[in-house]
Amino acid sequence: MHVKTLSGFALGLMFLTAACGGGTEQAPASNTEAPAAAPVDAATAGSITGKAMFEGTAPRNEPIKMAADPVCVQQNKGAQMQETYMVGSGGELQNVFVYVKDGLGSRTFPVPTEPVTLDQQGCRYHPHVFGIMVGQPLSIVNGDPTLHNIHATPKLNTEFNTGQPIQGMKTSHTFTTKEVMMPFKCDVHGWMNAYAGILDHPYYAVSGPGGAFEIKNLPPGTYTIEAWHEKGGSQTQMVTVGPKEAKDIAFTFKAAATN
Amino acid sequence: MWLHRYAVFVAACTILLIVAGGLVTSTASGLSVPDWPTTYGWSMFTFPLDKMVGGIFYEHAHRLIASSVGMLTIALAVWLWLAERQPWLRRLGVVALGAVCAQGLLGGLTVLFFLPAPVSIAHAGLAQIFFCLVLSIALFTSRSWQGAGPRAVDDRVLRILASATTAAIYAQILIGAAMRHTGAGLAIPDFPLVFGGVVPPEWTARIALHYAHRVAALIVASAILATAGHIWYHYWSRPELTRPATIGALLVLAQITLGGLTVLSGRAVSINTAHVVTGALVLATSLVVSLRSWRVRFASRESTIAGELPFGRDLREKRSSVGARA
Repeated sequence: MHVKTLSGFALGLMFLTAACGGGTEQAPASNTEAPAAAPVDAATAGSITGKAMFEGTAPRNEPIKMAADPVCVQQNKGAQMQETYMVGSGGELQNVFVYVKDGLGSRTFPVPTEPVTLDQQGCRYHPHVFGIMVGQPLSIVNGDPTLHNIHATPKLNTEFNTGQPIQGMKTSHTFTTKEVMMPFKCDVHGWMNAYAGILDHPYYAVSGPGGAFEIKNLPPGTYTIEAWHEKGGSQTQMVTVGPKEAKDIAFTFKAAATN
Repeated sequence: MWLHRYAVFVAACTILLIVAGGLVTSTASGLSVPDWPTTYGWSMFTFPLDKMVGGIFYEHAHRLIASSVGMLTIALAVWLWLAERQPWLRRLGVVALGAVCAQGLLGGLTVLFFLPAPVSIAHAGLAQIFFCLVLSIALFTSRSWQGAGPRAVDDRVLRILASATTAAIYAQILIGAAMRHTGAGLAIPDFPLVFGGVVPPEWTARIALHYAHRVAALIVASAILATAGHIWYHYWSRPELTRPATIGALLVLAQITLGGLTVLSGRAVSINTAHVVTGALVLATSLVVSLRSWRVRFASRESTIAGELPFGRDLREKRSSVGARA
């Protein structure tokens, strides 16, 4: 009885709060804001797992000449190559960005407050390919004892070019529009490049050293899944994911499509 | 004569500046220093030398040389203002100073706005105008211009030919700058043919721009050779004309070779930069020929203003006769 009374009081308070438009944290979104994110039902959510593969012999990665900066030379012993084709012995292709291109309808998703970190370490970007949500902070860190400039060259978002002359410097940035893919470069060290997939949902993954990727917590439905590689281009598949289903797919890139 | 020597020195420094600017674009280092007028927060002049690594070396060196040329130009303008009798020449020093200031501003703006093509092209175009201004001052302050040389030639055909050639070279430099700053340098990947033929099989804005640069190169080379031919035929004994005309003719042949090599080498930094600088030198030789072809008109104007005879021997004779009468 006591619990019922309290519950009724709480409901009434919520109704009054909503009717009066008052409150702070619980205030309903205004008409101009996006609708509140609907939670995905964990009981029915499925997943897409798979592998990105490279068929045939991968082109040789371009050699990097780091002589222009002694710090970079010191940090990298031996021959240095670009990370364009990171292919395993069995043809597993790393750094493929896989994401849901279509099929989510008008659903919205909460934006993580935890930043994605893009580190400049050893005169390279880490990670080389990554995903981030619109509005999610990107923390750019200079882990090198040399100067870097972070030059984002988007087509849809706002271009920026920020200097980080001191080791340990951090810069934060958020993107306003979804964009696949957005390149980063360092004009000081011309070989440094990275790519960000900016999306308005969290359904993306980047293939690891074994070529594997996994997109988790996906509501049941039919989706267009796209896989992007910096030289291999893009390819799509239609995938239907049932309740609690783990769908396995594969993307294969070929040498002929690398130019 | 020290003023003339100083002006020649500033012109030489401007060539060095054009080399530095060419290196910045050839190495794609234009945005390696993201801020302006500071360098990574440091004052331009206190930026540590050991931090001039990678692209910063080219961009920051370009800024330092540009600042030095700017200061040299201030001194040139002041010197002209104080020492030069001709008002138009004094004003030319001020114009050169204005040009170098505007050039610095354009350089800063193109960095702050991520190298927008119109601003970068304007920066490249104004660089050549500034070079022409300083070169003109060097010529106007020379002994040969101010009266020690032979009587200036009065040839309408030469004036038209040389002036049109100079204008054509400048237009060609602007097309080249547009190519350079819109990424059209390799839009046609073969040379001397165009996609294996004479005319591109398909057209895009970049291909059209690149093709226009090649066609214009032929027009400009023809104009330079026509001007040189006219001079060789009519004024073989006038080294003040044959020298720049011959150098210009040789340079334009070198320039076409460099243009072809730029394409064939995939825009190798040294060749690409040499192509930019040689373009400026071709313009310089043609400008000298043009100005010397117009010298007789300058002299007429001066004599009208000063109420004296034209420059040259006549002027010296007039002065000596005035001195004798006194």
